Amino acid sequence: MSGVLSREWLLSETPASRAHAAWVRRYRGWLQFRANGLAMVGLVTVAIMIVASLAAPLLAWQNPSAQDLAGRLAPPSFAHWLGTDELGRDIYARILYGGRVTLGMVVAVVLLVAPIGLAVGSVAGYLGGLADRVLMRVTDVFLAFPRLVLALAFVAALKPGITSAIIAIALTAWPPYARLARADTLTVRGTDFIAAVRLTGATSGRIILRHIMPLCMSSVIVRMTLDMSGIILTAAALGFLGMGAQPPMPEWGTMIASSRAFILDQWWVPTIPGIAIFVASLAFNLLGDGMRDVLDPRQR
Amino acid sequence: MLASSFASVPLTLFGLTLVTFLIGRVMPIDPIIAIAGDHAPPDVIAAVREQLGLDKPLLVQFWIYLVNLAHGDLGRSVMTSHPVTEDIAQYFPATLELATTAITIAIIIGIPLGVIAAARQGSRFDHAVRVVSLAGQSVPVFVLALLCLLVFYVKLGIAPGTGQLDVAYEGLVPRVTGMLVIDSVIAGDWDSFWDALAHLAQPALVLAYFSMAYITRMTRAFMIEALSGEYIITARAKGLSATRILWRHAFGNIAVRLVTVLALAYAGLLEGAVITETVFSWPGLGLYLTVSLLNADMNAVLGATLVVGLVYLVLNLLADLLYRLLDPRVA
Repeated sequence: MSGVLSREWLLSETPASRAHAAWVRRYRGWLQFRANGLAMVGLVTVAIMIVASLAAPLLAWQNPSAQDLAGRLAPPSFAHWLGTDELGRDIYARILYGGRVTLGMVVAVVLLVAPIGLAVGSVAGYLGGLADRVLMRVTDVFLAFPRLVLALAFVAALKPGITSAIIAIALTAWPPYARLARADTLTVRGTDFIAAVRLTGATSGRIILRHIMPLCMSSVIVRMTLDMSGIILTAAALGFLGMGAQPPMPEWGTMIASSRAFILDQWWVPTIPGIAIFVASLAFNLLGDGMRDVLDPRQR
Repeated sequence: MLASSFASVPLTLFGLTLVTFLIGRVMPIDPIIAIAGDHAPPDVIAAVREQLGLDKPLLVQFWIYLVNLAHGDLGRSVMTSHPVTEDIAQYFPATLELATTAITIAIIIGIPLGVIAAARQGSRFDHAVRVVSLAGQSVPVFVLALLCLLVFYVKLGIAPGTGQLDVAYEGLVPRVTGMLVIDSVIAGDWDSFWDALAHLAQPALVLAYFSMAYITRMTRAFMIEALSGEYIITARAKGLSATRILWRHAFGNIAVRLVTVLALAYAGLLEGAVITETVFSWPGLGLYLTVSLLNADMNAVLGATLVVGLVYLVLNLLADLLYRLLDPRVA
């Protein structure tokens, strides 16, 4: 008899309990995910980024805002691994701390957006009728704007800064989640097990929270991962246009904006944060792509 | 279905105007102080407030905004001191020119890539296409634009710099459509034509890569689904050539769905255009929007936002319509 979490236990054809069955399903998914080389690259890169951002004070031995005007725009060297920017600040340290800002924004947006979209979509899908029509019209209105343009207008009205950028991106990012959750809800709404739950006297709120929302989670998670790259790009674009994080905060888009004048002679100064944005966004795309294949093959 | 998608248009339009109106009202920049000055006496402030209609209740203000909108009045831009509608008419054609060129390039390259990748699913070619298109979805447009300028304009010197036309040619071609490539052909001015085309190439290619990534991925996904159909097996059993099966049978079946994707990709270009135009100083709606933003010119910002939203809405509707027209299965 093999122990819990051993390979045989995880691949068992006859799970002994609900928890066991769930672990078998997760392990199978992981095996399928692991076979996708590009997705693994994405996963590892994302993991490295998270660790590097959390450990930024340990990894960067220079202060990201310490200026040294005498040593400005220096090329990469032993003292400054990625060179220095237009105010002589260490770019390596700024990239690491910038990762905190970017990942922080991404997490904040997703945490704001996914529950809202999930709630709107599942309520609309489950209740149907007037509630469905009203909620979906509101969703359509927000979908009718291109994301960046609406975000720009919002930020301009609110005052440029990180908080405004997060709110603005969140306001434009929730509608697709509502659409997804509604579609998933519609497919399970008429099933027998929901009817059975209703017969036991469960309220609509309980059915939506306990039985419908969990079933919408896998497509929402896939969408979240794929969305993160879009959020990174929008946040960076806002920063680049001067409407996101404000200098001297080390945000990647803002760093490119403030150093773009030096691209002719010191090309690496604006290029390095550009590479950081690209790598971060690509990693999330690869990860999301792989997760979609495992969790939600329909969404291709 | 068709009726309901049309019925939602006025509602969506209403929402669009309401959102832009509300954004305009919560702005931290006080329009009264912007006009009357910081130290204006109270009676002047009251007069300006009355003149702008800001003393009325919010609902009345929104009504006035709607009535003005119906008359094509989006207010006056503080920056250019022209009516915003005039400014938009001035800047919009350049965006149209850029976006149309970009989508054309993206279609010509993106669709064949997607089709071939699907036909050779899992091959090296397929993986290469996947990486190239994922990279296109991940690269920040402004970084790509800056690097293009650095490499092709500064280092290699084979591309012209920013703007729509070289200074030497400016003002030579009479404005007809506002799209310089077309206007110079109408005027028969070939020097201007080649210069305009050369200026168009870089921003159009950057934007094209951005939407090509999306088009390729969708084409590939649709094709893989189509190729697994049973009619494909029938076609193979009949002994038809692989090319014919691929393009006539499989591609013919996804063409309708692709139209929707293309319309969405075209709408998505509006977003990319905002950034691309800023980097390339391309005198389009995106540049107008960002310059107005930096000057806190709210009338212009909201006008441009509304117009972009409108175009987006129309394109989405068009995608829906085409889909219903072309596919008899959707009644």
